Amino acid sequence: MSDALPPPPGAWRRLLKNRVACASMLLLAGIALLAIFGPAVFSTDPHALSKDQFQEPSGAHFFGTDINGRDVFARVIEGARISLLVGLSGALVSFFVGTSYGMISGYAGGSADALMMRFVEILYAIPRLIIIILVIFIFDPKLKALLADVRGGELVGYSKIIIIIFSLGLIEWLTMARIVRGQVLALKSQQFVLAARSLGQSHFKIIVRHLLPNLVGIVVVYLTLTIPAVILDESFLSFLGLGVQAPQASWGSLLADGALAINPIRSYWWLLVFPAVAMSLTLLAMNFLGDALRDALDPRGRR
Amino acid sequence: MAAFILRRFASMVVVLFFVVTITFFLVRLAPGGPFSRERKIPAAIEKQLLARYKLDGTLWQQYSGYLGDLLHGDLRLSTKFRDRSVNELIAQSLPVSVQIGLAAFLLATAGGVWLGSLAAVRHRTWTDTSAMLGALLAISVPTFVTGPLLVLLFALSLGWLPVGGWTSWKSLVLPAVTLAGPYVAYIARLMRSSMLEVLGQDFVRTARAKGLGDSVVLYKHALKVAILPVVSFLGPLAANLLTGSIVVEAIFNIPGAGGFFVNSIINRDVFLLSGIVIVDCALLVFLNLLVDIAYTVLDRRIKLYE
Repeated sequence: MSDALPPPPGAWRRLLKNRVACASMLLLAGIALLAIFGPAVFSTDPHALSKDQFQEPSGAHFFGTDINGRDVFARVIEGARISLLVGLSGALVSFFVGTSYGMISGYAGGSADALMMRFVEILYAIPRLIIIILVIFIFDPKLKALLADVRGGELVGYSKIIIIIFSLGLIEWLTMARIVRGQVLALKSQQFVLAARSLGQSHFKIIVRHLLPNLVGIVVVYLTLTIPAVILDESFLSFLGLGVQAPQASWGSLLADGALAINPIRSYWWLLVFPAVAMSLTLLAMNFLGDALRDALDPRGRR
Repeated sequence: MAAFILRRFASMVVVLFFVVTITFFLVRLAPGGPFSRERKIPAAIEKQLLARYKLDGTLWQQYSGYLGDLLHGDLRLSTKFRDRSVNELIAQSLPVSVQIGLAAFLLATAGGVWLGSLAAVRHRTWTDTSAMLGALLAISVPTFVTGPLLVLLFALSLGWLPVGGWTSWKSLVLPAVTLAGPYVAYIARLMRSSMLEVLGQDFVRTARAKGLGDSVVLYKHALKVAILPVVSFLGPLAANLLTGSIVVEAIFNIPGAGGFFVNSIINRDVFLLSGIVIVDCALLVFLNLLVDIAYTVLDRRIKLYE
């Protein structure tokens, strides 16, 4: 395996040449801006109840209103904040765990490596969402009790989000670990590692100074692909009623409400369509970007 | 080969032991027992209830007792559905989930392999582009959006298939398609890139140079090698389908094990919950063993059983 080389020069240029990737980046930047500054600009309270139930989209309510007369546009923006927060931080957690695990496994090699990879294989085979549900069910009340004492209990509402971020992050690291391990396995037999070793550098320093920088490309690619996976997982939890706590909304919980509003008698289509479009476009853009990054960093595999 | 299977079987038992242990303690760690209600029940009655459901004694006694019962194939009684055993509930609900899962499994594998190979063979044509675009779209849209949309189209507008429930074979179609969708896409992507790599290899060129027809080269030579990444994904696929079926059962209102799982959490039905987790894991670990064996049979270059 000789494909574990530093990112080839011009990767960034190749990425910018890819029109789909550029469009994806622009779209993601737009969504991020909307999520960050949206509430300040539009200043509609996503939790404000009103008598205007099930209003169709109009100038007053861009995306219409829901069963409680809440503005769907404001709720989609709130959903973006929470979904993106969960996706980003969950992916970051998985990045830390996956990269360290993969590097240690690959660097150690031998029977330690075999054992560690067998463990990953076992985790792959376990129904992960079931374990996550179990973990949320057990630790959410505990964390709530813990947070109730901090800062007058204003953080209690966030306990479920925190649990979701950590449990999803701690479950989505497997692919990352496998890929990093493969790269390290190839890297560590190269001359510069041998040189560093013969200069008397410690294993820790070799890992951090020499191996890590060479892993940046591949790690970024899988980070880009982990974010949508985490967002999708969270949406499943919300759909089952185990995700973020009402009245907070994530794209998943909005979609769950929207899916229930589709029936033969009257379909309040805007409750499903707008969150679905927002979430699908974001995930699509992230997946596109991840694919494009992979192509840009690996010109040999370019097709 | 026999030694390999035996070794894998042994590790399977170890995995299951860990699953049982972790599940047991996780579930027992959870706050609120199955009998804690808002109104306090008299101590004597509570004690009797706990004894009846074998929830008395120290945690260690309970654990060893539970292990013993499991070894006899007894998953104990459900605390919510009084007087019904977990075995009974699972025997009644799991076959439904398994049917949906199996249908989705076949659909995802066959559809994904076919679509991926097609895209690779027609590389850089509009077939390839649209197939991969569709695949990315299918991965990006959650099943609880595609499900209701499919219902809207095929059940409500066209009236071809039932909206939900579990009555005839027709009830199987929409849930299986909904569940399989993202995995058809995932396998197609996997298959395409693997096939593209294989089609560029020397043995394919040799086969072509010998004058073999396109379909022979594709199906007899290339597919055999290109399918390997897909085979190693089959284990995780089964795990994903199993959890995915929880969502799909909720969408289509199907009385499968998924519904019981979610309800058992809400009702703190400790033994039903652990029972479902344990049986699910056992099923998956067994499936993984089969996949491992299939892998060694398919790929002679790998000698796992050395």
